[in-house]
Amino acid sequence: MSDAADQIFVLARRSVVRTSRQPAQWIAPLVFPMLLLAVNSGGLKAVTHLPGFPTDSYVAFALAVPFIQGALFATMNAGTELARDIQTGFLNRLALTPLRGAALLAGHLGGVVALGLVQACFYLAVGLAVGVRPASGVGGVAVLLVFAALIALAFGSLGTWAALRTGSAESVQSLFPVFFVFLFLSSMAIPRNLIQQAWFRDVANANPVSYLLECVRSLIITGWNGEALGLGFGVVAAVGVGALALSARALPQRLAR
Amino acid sequence: MERPNTIEAERLVREFKKGPRAVDGIDLRVEPGEIYGFLGPNGAGKSTTVLMLTTLLPPTAGTARVAGYDVVREGPDVRATIGAALQEAALDGLLTGREHLRLQATLQGLPRAERPARADELLERVGLMEAADRKVRGYSGGMKRRLDLALALVHRPRVLFLDEPTTGLDPQSRAALWTEVGRLAREEGVTVFLTTQYLEEADVLADRVGIIDHGRIVAEGTPAELKAQVGRPTVEAMPADERIADVLARFGEPVPSAKGVAVRLAGDADLTAIVRALDAKGLLVDNLQLHQPTLDDVFLAKTGRSLEGAGDEEEAASRGLAMQPAA
Repeated sequence: MSDAADQIFVLARRSVVRTSRQPAQWIAPLVFPMLLLAVNSGGLKAVTHLPGFPTDSYVAFALAVPFIQGALFATMNAGTELARDIQTGFLNRLALTPLRGAALLAGHLGGVVALGLVQACFYLAVGLAVGVRPASGVGGVAVLLVFAALIALAFGSLGTWAALRTGSAESVQSLFPVFFVFLFLSSMAIPRNLIQQAWFRDVANANPVSYLLECVRSLIITGWNGEALGLGFGVVAAVGVGALALSARALPQRLAR
Repeated sequence: MERPNTIEAERLVREFKKGPRAVDGIDLRVEPGEIYGFLGPNGAGKSTTVLMLTTLLPPTAGTARVAGYDVVREGPDVRATIGAALQEAALDGLLTGREHLRLQATLQGLPRAERPARADELLERVGLMEAADRKVRGYSGGMKRRLDLALALVHRPRVLFLDEPTTGLDPQSRAALWTEVGRLAREEGVTVFLTTQYLEEADVLADRVGIIDHGRIVAEGTPAELKAQVGRPTVEAMPADERIADVLARFGEPVPSAKGVAVRLAGDADLTAIVRALDAKGLLVDNLQLHQPTLDDVFLAKTGRSLEGAGDEEEAASRGLAMQPAA
């Protein structure tokens, strides 16, 4: 293994080890989305009777939501952990080694992606356990996991950028409600074409989170849907590339070396 | 050919936006294998100087070279040469001591096969072998400082920066750290740049001392040289008795004493001669003390203030509080 790969690996491992040793960091992203899924599936089951609703299983419809919630937790965790490293001076310790900035970002985000994948496998396992069968088959599950990893990377990069800009764990955490507003103003609970309120439908149409949800949903409910996949991967690529570019720009200032 | 592990700075300046000039044109040179003590109160500019010399903060003006490498233009070479334990022991409370050392060894590019042995060697050296597999959040302040030192040494640096390494430590931990730092300089030829606000630490450990105040070096030399600049030792005798004062006056210039009588000794006077003179007069003395000048006396002579409490005074001033004159 090259020096750079070695460095990325140990930083990613540190990220995973840190999370595993803080139960609140991994229990919340696993349990809360499942609780919300259970509540929504029970309370909104009647929605499946609406003409044009894409499935008769609300659990299958709502299973996409935990994937996005998991990404929000990834954003929080990635940002908070990095901000804490800045606040404690641990980032200065890293800055005093020959570690390259790109390797630092890659290692940090590598851990976030690994945890995002663990979350995605858990959500999928719960879905399978309650009878959801992905319409796109085994291949679709593989694509779903890749998509989950990319969402974790993209949103983790956003959290990383926030941490690098503010240097404060509290500031990063204050972003959480903002992200949740995006989630609630999307097609989270009902397909966009069935939203009756015009303003809400317009907001959901403009909200990129809707397309992330529909990408996951297409793989679970409708099978291979090029448009949904294209929009979903397009949104995640745009967010990811943008956030990574911003993080890469902010890192040298924060390393100050 | 390996460059000499010196530290040099010329007219080094660091200004902060809307703030004071934290470092105001300092010049210094530290020789290979030397322990240089950078002594000053809180807020004097010690840590800012260390941050600049370790490439973590760019200077506003002036130049600095570490092991011959310019800290601005040759940052990676500087970082490959130095080890640093900064003011706060920046450790990850969720990792163990051994995990820290292995992480640091990897990031410093040590060969994979060498990492476990190097980690064990350093854990042994700083006395943390028994605690090696415990999470750092359970370590005492002294243990954290020792681990911090071990981490700074992983890649066998030739120049070591220690920013207030013993602040807040108990005397036993402080002595252990002094022993290790001394050994590094004497046996391994490591150049050590050590900041401290403890007079005793600079006195005991440093080959040379630079005293910094308000961003400027106000005095520099060996501890003995600096103390010699201030003057001769004083002798103080108790009780305050006019006849004792008369005897003492034969040996030097009288100086004020709160508890008894005192003189600053003249050139060749010594304590035994004073004892004989007092005995010859049949005078009984309860207490006789020889006071060598301290680095605090040097600081007092150079700045008009005592080092102890100077930092508090500056912090109060920076908060906009007027210091009340003593009654």
